[in-house]
Amino acid sequence: MSGFSALVARDIRLAFRAGGEAFTLVVFFVMIAVVAPFAIGPDKVLLARLAPGLVWIAALLSMLLGLDRLFRADAEDGSLLLLRHAGLPLEAVVAAKLIAHWLVTALPLIVATPLLAVLLSMDPAMWGATVLSLACGTPALVAFGAIGAAVTVGLPRGGVLAAVLIAPLSIPVVIFGVGAIAGQQAGSALLLLLALSLVTCAVSPFAAALALRTGEE
Amino acid sequence: MSASNAQPSPALHVNGLALARGGRRLVSGIDLLLAPGNVVFLRGPNGAGKTSLLLALAGVLRPESGTIRMVGGDDGEPAERRVHLLLPQSGMKARLTVRENLDFWRALNGPTGLASEAALERVGLGGLGAIEAGHLSTGQLKRLGLARLLVSHRAIWLLDEPQSALDAEGEALVGALIGAHVAAGGAAVVTTHHDIAITPPAAVLTLTLGATR
Repeated sequence: MSGFSALVARDIRLAFRAGGEAFTLVVFFVMIAVVAPFAIGPDKVLLARLAPGLVWIAALLSMLLGLDRLFRADAEDGSLLLLRHAGLPLEAVVAAKLIAHWLVTALPLIVATPLLAVLLSMDPAMWGATVLSLACGTPALVAFGAIGAAVTVGLPRGGVLAAVLIAPLSIPVVIFGVGAIAGQQAGSALLLLLALSLVTCAVSPFAAALALRTGEE
Repeated sequence: MSASNAQPSPALHVNGLALARGGRRLVSGIDLLLAPGNVVFLRGPNGAGKTSLLLALAGVLRPESGTIRMVGGDDGEPAERRVHLLLPQSGMKARLTVRENLDFWRALNGPTGLASEAALERVGLGGLGAIEAGHLSTGQLKRLGLARLLVSHRAIWLLDEPQSALDAEGEALVGALIGAHVAAGGAAVVTTHHDIAITPPAAVLTLTLGATR
């Protein structure tokens, strides 16, 4: 097994072994959709109209919640320092951690969307668009999140700060994400979302690795 | 990382090194030549800058002034991939088994050393591969950290108090591991408060850092 895939496999294994943190995030995601009808009222038409926005808000909050664990656990047990001496560059280490993080925090959310579709009375076509939109947009959230997590890893209780730093950057993702579900020009919104994800995923490993390197001094 | 001469193993050249942390000058004027087959002991009171010097050698801390060069060895290989760092924190995941932890580092750093099972046997953890690392004692965790050095070959070992938390037999093990490593052309920098008996005996240099209080 190559070093890259070993790192991805380790992080996935840890996420499912450490008391099911990945599962907790999914429950949180679903809980927001459970709470919404109580707050808004059981008006099915209104719920369906708000559904794209609610799904993206739920996704954003869940991802921000999971952000802190990206580098902090490794920093605490000393493996982050050792990862800098790994057989692959730190940028590749960050990229591997990004992939693993997306697989354990974003993919379960996408799998849980049928539940939200029922709770928010979406029709099947809208559910399909939601899956597509989340699949294209969540990589950008992870990529932005990695930069925030890397910048704040040296600070005690930096997790909340990372979320505050990243939330404004995530606004375009939410705009195009919602647009890709229910906008007038859903197709072009989806393409822009995809472009956003591609660019941030390409830049993020380098930015996060730089932050990790300088953060130690 | 320029190297013209074809040495079998890299050597570390340190020139006029000065380190500061938190605005406070820790050490200055450090000159050091770490050649293959050498062991350097870093000694000194708490706060003298032993660990900081080790981290600077590892390329983690940037020196205030002076240079650290790695000469010889495999050209083009980045310096950080030629050193093994052993820190008080083990870098092992409590929720993964001993074997999973070691296999991970072996895959990540390159399977250029012992097999995982053989390395565990060597550090006295044979038969414990299937238990979670979180159930190990501090000393056993230290031994697992030492096993990490054995599964991937790196020419230069930078060890921060490798014998802490270890029993007498473990201290002898550390001496034997360092001895075998330098006998095979490696080199080691070791921070320590106690004497470590290197077996077989090697060229040992002691660098004592003063307190700067």
